[in-house]
Amino acid sequence: MGYTIAEKILLDHSNLKEISPGQFIDCNIDFIMVHEQLGGRIHKEYEKLGIDYVWDPDKIFFILDHWVPAPTISAAQMHQDCRKFAEKYKFIHNFGYQLDKGICHQVLPEMGFSRPGMLIVGSDSHTTTYGAFNNLATGIGATDVSVVFATGKLWFRVPESFKIIMSGEFNKGVMSKDFILTLIGNISTKGAIYKSLEFHGQGAKTLSIDGRMTVSNMVVEAGAKFGIFLPDKKLETWLAKRTKEPYKLITPDKESVYEKILEYNLSEITPVVAKPSNPGNLARIEEVEGIEIDQAFLGRCSNGRMEDLQIAAKIIKGNSVDPKTRLIIIPASKEIYKEALQEGLIEIFINAGAAVGNSTCGPCIGGHLGVLGSEEICISSTNRNFKGRMGHPTSEVYLASPATVAYSALKGKISDPREVL
Amino acid sequence: MLEKIDGFAYILGDDINTDDIVPSHTLTMRDTHEMAKCTLEFIDPHFAKNIDQGNIIIAGENFGTGSSREEAVNVFKVLGIKAIIAKSFARIYFRNLINLGIPGITVNWNEKTFSKGDNLEISLKEGLIFNKTKSSKLEFEKLPKFLTKILEDGGILNQLKKNLEN
Ligand code: SF4
Repeated sequence: MGYTIAEKILLDHSNLKEISPGQFIDCNIDFIMVHEQLGGRIHKEYEKLGIDYVWDPDKIFFILDHWVPAPTISAAQMHQDCRKFAEKYKFIHNFGYQLDKGICHQVLPEMGFSRPGMLIVGSDSHTTTYGAFNNLATGIGATDVSVVFATGKLWFRVPESFKIIMSGEFNKGVMSKDFILTLIGNISTKGAIYKSLEFHGQGAKTLSIDGRMTVSNMVVEAGAKFGIFLPDKKLETWLAKRTKEPYKLITPDKESVYEKILEYNLSEITPVVAKPSNPGNLARIEEVEGIEIDQAFLGRCSNGRMEDLQIAAKIIKGNSVDPKTRLIIIPASKEIYKEALQEGLIEIFINAGAAVGNSTCGPCIGGHLGVLGSEEICISSTNRNFKGRMGHPTSEVYLASPATVAYSALKGKISDPREVL
Repeated sequence: MLEKIDGFAYILGDDINTDDIVPSHTLTMRDTHEMAKCTLEFIDPHFAKNIDQGNIIIAGENFGTGSSREEAVNVFKVLGIKAIIAKSFARIYFRNLINLGIPGITVNWNEKTFSKGDNLEISLKEGLIFNKTKSSKLEFEKLPKFLTKILEDGGILNQLKKNLEN
């Protein structure tokens, strides 16, 4: 019998000699990320435990990103609660004051905290993003965070694994966002509840680290617990720039058992969208072309990385945003913002009429910097289009790739980016 | 907790997500009771007010999909929801339910099984839902011991507190 990547890493973090899917086990946590949730529920829950310490202040990463800088008094107070907690318990990686850092799921890997073989949890469902770095990472609620803070351990149900074999390469104008939206649409938003998705094959290797992060980010939209990529040279090159810490590359055993095997030829993927109001509501771009939009948003932890900004800039350069459409662009981190500045991308966006915001979740949760009004339609590079997610409950969000978002912003209606690429 | 749970059915559909349960605009509210007033407001604006008439939630597939926001369980707790029965649960949501001490029961059902307001009696120990209104019974797969222990202890923090004290 052999182990999948998820089984290997979970076993590695337990005190057991063997494990199998379905089993409930206790695991040691390597690292934990918390954001505004710290001030939302965690601090109140934690105080109930009556202990004056956390298990390891060096393994906690705290950042404010959802409402940054605070757009309302209530957000500002929440931030105050967070900072007080982080100080009281002497967190080492405390970014409660630096409002310029960016979105948690981008900043944490950039700082080298997401390494192969680790078991990471976070107070956010898109913690799955770190699976792009060949580790196990998943989202947990406030109470679970409190348990980890106190003990460094957490219960897990060992998940069954799906093997996704990717071959081929994307055609022009097609991005990893189109792939993951297609996958979610095919298996549905409940198709992988509690499962671990492993991305295999030559096709997976053609994806940039940015592109892999988009895929791992959105596996949770199919219900999955983990979305893991296998290690390769690209990953090691990326890590060499970010960390000197040792790590262990994890590959599955030859005889590992998968509940399902799915195959995708990337050259057959075409631009798609997820129609309102469910990320699994898949449609080919041809089916929605021409739908007029009020707003286009490029950003979020699902996209908003260099690869995304570069392709958008290529499309936008020298053009103007449609006069009746608003384009909002938010780089996922300050590091990306700076790189985009140096490459002249920000200037291209501004010249075209886009509003470029500081790195924050912002419009993604209808928080600030671009909230939708009644019946407005938005095309967005984000990962969720639930009813009311980005503003008024009657507003509608189409999820799409950065290329589709950028080209649609120029046309004022949903448009196929292959026309210009 | 493992004794009988008695309450009234409130029916919801498939894919009810965490943004439906606690809309984003409520997330910066510091008072959970304030937040609870907005529970499911886009689906049923009167939900929080009429809660006594439906304190056992019956949901379809993928209940609680979306965010890790535990508020989506906590508002139900504050409102006195006794149990949630669903065809399937989203992973984080299910964890949060158990951790906060609310039983999450996974079982298949159809329109004939439950109607709004039906008086139900649930036995976690026997794995049985008795619909008193319809005089019908529905069996479900009992929760593993590991999870019922958390429920018995009144949620995982109570359990942890006990362990820390010992
Ligand atoms: S960008 Fe959106 S999805 Fe990502 S962490 Fe922020 S709120 Fe969540």
